[in-house]
Amino acid sequence: MIGGGLIYAIAGAILFSLGLYGLVVHPHLMRKLIAFNITGSGVFLVLVGLPQRMAGTPPDRVSEALVLTGIVVAVSATAFGLALVRRFYDLTGKTRLPNDPRPEP
Amino acid sequence: MIPDPWLPLLIVLSSLLTGVLIFFVGEEQHRTRSTLNLVGAVAKLLLVGVMVWGVFHRHRYETRLPLLPDQDFVLRADAMGMLFVGLSSVLWLLTTIYAIGYLEGSPHRSRFFGFFSLCVTSTMGIALAGDLITFMLFYELLTLSTYPLVVHRGTPEALHAGKVYLKYTLTGGALLLVGIVWLYNVAGSVEFTERGALAQVSEIHHPALLAIFAILIAGLGVKTALVPLHGWLPVAMVAPAPVSALLHAVAVVKAGAFGIVRIAYDVYGVEFAARLGVLKPLSWLAGVTIIYGSLRALAQDDLKRRLAYSTISQVSYIVLGIGILGPVATIGGVVHLVHQGLMKITLFFCAGDLAETLGIHKISEMNGVGRRMPWSMAAFTVAALGMIGVPPVAGFVSKWYLGSGAIDAKQYWALGVLAVSTALNAAYFLPILHRIWFRPASGEWPKPERDGLETRPTLLVPTLITALLSLAAGLFAGAPFSPLGWAKLIAAREYVS
Amino acid sequence: MTGISSVAPWIPSLILLPLAAGSLSFLFGPRSSLGLVAATPVGIGFALIQLLLEFNDTGLQHYPVGSWGSPLGIEFRADGLSLVMLGMTATVGIFISLYALGYFSGEQAGGVWFWPLWWFLWAALNALFLSADLFNLYVTLELLSLSAAGLVTLSGEWESLAAGLRYLLAALAGSLAYLMGVALLYGAYGTLSLELMAGLIRPEPANALAASLITVGLLLKTALFPLHFWLPPAHGSALPPVSALLSGLVIKASFYMLLRLWFEVFPSALTPVFAQGIGILGAIAVFSGAWLAFHQEKLKMLIAWSTVAQIGYLFLTFPLASASPAGALTALSGGVYLALSHAMAKAALFLAAGAMLKVTGEDRIDRLEGVGRHLPVSLFAFAIAGVSLMGLPPSGGFIAKWLLLDAALATGQWWWAVVLILGSLLTAAYIFRVLRRCFLAPPEHAVFHSVPVVMPIAAFSLAGIALLLGLTAVFPLRLLEKSAPYVAEAAIPFTVVP
Repeated sequence: MIGGGLIYAIAGAILFSLGLYGLVVHPHLMRKLIAFNITGSGVFLVLVGLPQRMAGTPPDRVSEALVLTGIVVAVSATAFGLALVRRFYDLTGKTRLPNDPRPEP
Repeated sequence: MIPDPWLPLLIVLSSLLTGVLIFFVGEEQHRTRSTLNLVGAVAKLLLVGVMVWGVFHRHRYETRLPLLPDQDFVLRADAMGMLFVGLSSVLWLLTTIYAIGYLEGSPHRSRFFGFFSLCVTSTMGIALAGDLITFMLFYELLTLSTYPLVVHRGTPEALHAGKVYLKYTLTGGALLLVGIVWLYNVAGSVEFTERGALAQVSEIHHPALLAIFAILIAGLGVKTALVPLHGWLPVAMVAPAPVSALLHAVAVVKAGAFGIVRIAYDVYGVEFAARLGVLKPLSWLAGVTIIYGSLRALAQDDLKRRLAYSTISQVSYIVLGIGILGPVATIGGVVHLVHQGLMKITLFFCAGDLAETLGIHKISEMNGVGRRMPWSMAAFTVAALGMIGVPPVAGFVSKWYLGSGAIDAKQYWALGVLAVSTALNAAYFLPILHRIWFRPASGEWPKPERDGLETRPTLLVPTLITALLSLAAGLFAGAPFSPLGWAKLIAAREYVS
Repeated sequence: MTGISSVAPWIPSLILLPLAAGSLSFLFGPRSSLGLVAATPVGIGFALIQLLLEFNDTGLQHYPVGSWGSPLGIEFRADGLSLVMLGMTATVGIFISLYALGYFSGEQAGGVWFWPLWWFLWAALNALFLSADLFNLYVTLELLSLSAAGLVTLSGEWESLAAGLRYLLAALAGSLAYLMGVALLYGAYGTLSLELMAGLIRPEPANALAASLITVGLLLKTALFPLHFWLPPAHGSALPPVSALLSGLVIKASFYMLLRLWFEVFPSALTPVFAQGIGILGAIAVFSGAWLAFHQEKLKMLIAWSTVAQIGYLFLTFPLASASPAGALTALSGGVYLALSHAMAKAALFLAAGAMLKVTGEDRIDRLEGVGRHLPVSLFAFAIAGVSLMGLPPSGGFIAKWLLLDAALATGQWWWAVVLILGSLLTAAYIFRVLRRCFLAPPEHAVFHSVPVVMPIAAFSLAGIALLLGLTAVFPLRLLEKSAPYVAEAAIPFTVVP
């Protein structure tokens, strides 16, 4: 029998793909950060959902621990990213990275 | 008995240490630097003397350190290596004295002599290497330490010459590396053994061994200036005279030729190489180079360039000697390693004398210079006659043995090459001699600095010594300690019968 | 579980010491940096030597944190490969720390935040090399990326911020891809331990997806062509000590993970197509990186593109090690040795460049004339490090090149030998492009500042170590052989079981 976890896992996979797409495609830095968070949520859903894909399996403590750790990491990374974006905006007034990756001469 | 591990290592280290110390000597401390230089050169000569004596009394010397889990770093003293080591250490002392004199007043001398000493270290290592990976290590080190000497003056021409030099030598080194690794894969051990170790390798690998030989010769051929890999040599003439003397007589070209000798004799074994069919193409290549070099030399007006092409031609005599099967040809080739070194260094020393003292770089400017600088020009004459092959200078001995060897092996075409080459040598040397002695000077020469002496003693004395050595090597060729005697020993050990 | 559980404190000290240093430097500010630089590397070095001795005696070392076994607890493990990586980190780390003391001693911006970030980065690296399960690898990798991104932005200028942001986003994307792969594997097999996973995993299509996600994520973090876009701006615009640790150490962490995962956990999935494909990407990186390096105007950008090229070399390990058992150990040793030598040489290169740039005040290569007069030691460091990069003897780079060539010819893959040789020649082109400048005389009006003497000395020491690696190769190589249990499986062909 298919457990509820499978729905979450599939949703997670979709979120992951959408988030990754957004991360690559959107030039606006804030959107990239939001996309990163969506991707992260997708991965966490898969982490928790996949072990639960069969009905009747008890909740997996290890996945829960992993996801908690992952959330903490994602939050710190987002905070750092936001600080950088904010500072970048203050210095240059831009919200997208320069197209040419090389630093100015 | 247990081989002594220290002496080979000390010989290599003596100039390494000297070089490192010299880098730290301040530019202004001439005395310290010269002292370090000379102490190092003399110490090395003494150590080499001890080793030669030891080898004569059947002592064994071997330094062995692990380099890779299955490959060792090996320094060993054998007959062939001793020949090269002996030549190098003697000529090094002389070139050091000469360079001290030549570079008087020029900038960056600490840098120059530091790299100079590194060059010696590399050459010693090449001579004493006991296997191919150690040989390769010092071979590439030689490239790296000669580059700064070539570009020493920092002029655009020097930098261009350096770039050309690197292109050729690094590519050659890369080919050599591929050849060595491939050989290691096919045949296992790559240590130098008398009469070579590859005869035991099974038949199926023979095509691979053929290809490996070609690659190795190509890699070594760059430094040996075999046609068509010789392009770097004439361009590198922009370097100061001591460097040209070094590159042409002792270090780079000889290292290449020495490498070819090692490959043919101590890795493949000359009889196996003949069976494999690689010796004939090698000798043809040598023949082409000999003729080509001599022809190009005719067209040069710049003295050092003419000598450069002469070197390209003359070093291939050694390769020709290797390529012709038979002990007599081997003797001729191997002994020419020493003879050509002595004669060519004399010629380059003279060229340097002319440039430094009188500002002469071109042959057309050399009219009547024999009157102004009789001693240097006498040395030049001796060496030039030796190059042509006039007895009793050493060059005659080498050519005699090469010619006899060619007859023995029924390679009559080689005899033709020798004859043509001798004629060409005469064609490009005799006119110079004529100019020096029999033409009146075109203008006033600058007066000598010191009364009575035509140029600085540090420039003159080494020139005279090498000229005398060239003469002695020919006159006393029959003596047991001559280069010829040593070459006979090497040849005897290489051939089974 | 193989190996002996060790109660000796060496493994935790390797992680706790730099963590403590990071916290202390955050609390006490830059005045504590001297004391910390004196104490921490010594402590780490001591712990490492003890760990090495224990390893020699008893083999594989395990350490369960808090004595809680896995999977709920975290277990650390040290084998030959880990020890080599830890040694690499410690050596480069000591000299970068010394260099940074000198570099930040003036009014250089960023000195305050460099230290906490650097110590945390070192802790993350040590923890990564000691991790024995997939999730711990993720956590330490994230720690590493965050610290590294922070270090990139140290100077506070907008170019560094842009480079740091790009780096951060790429790193995060890579980590998430990796984590997704881990999630899939965990869902399938219920374990995270590397050793257990190695025993359980089967070649199935779902695992292929997981392995691909993991690999792509890690390739993005190791900047293999074509996922290398973030590296040149980050390494080129960062401060020299930061560039040194980025190119020297941080890149090696994700490469290490790839080696571990592919050769220990799922070697059976290493198909010829995949292996040769990675090799081709590596070859493209080698040539394009070297070509671009040659055409750079700025010294640090040249060195950054050189890193892109050298990373390409690292990935030649894959096709060379997977073709047959004959080449496996040689190729793996060669690849790891290349990573090791490159760490020393590249760090030396960046440190020397930093000194040279501080002296002339210029970043442009064509203004470097006459530097040799004022900074002979740095120039020598650059030259010797360059020799290792070119793979010329005597240097660690030469040994690595020899091993890789040996593997290429032993397995009959002569085309990789061609790549190795041509790549070295191209490397020589751009190295000598810089070196020849220094033989020219400086222009009359050139101004030369002075630099703290520790900077050239640190650079020179690292370069010297790169050289020494060429002469003392037997010791690290024998150590690497002891991580070989997974090597034998490296050549199992891939078959898909439907």
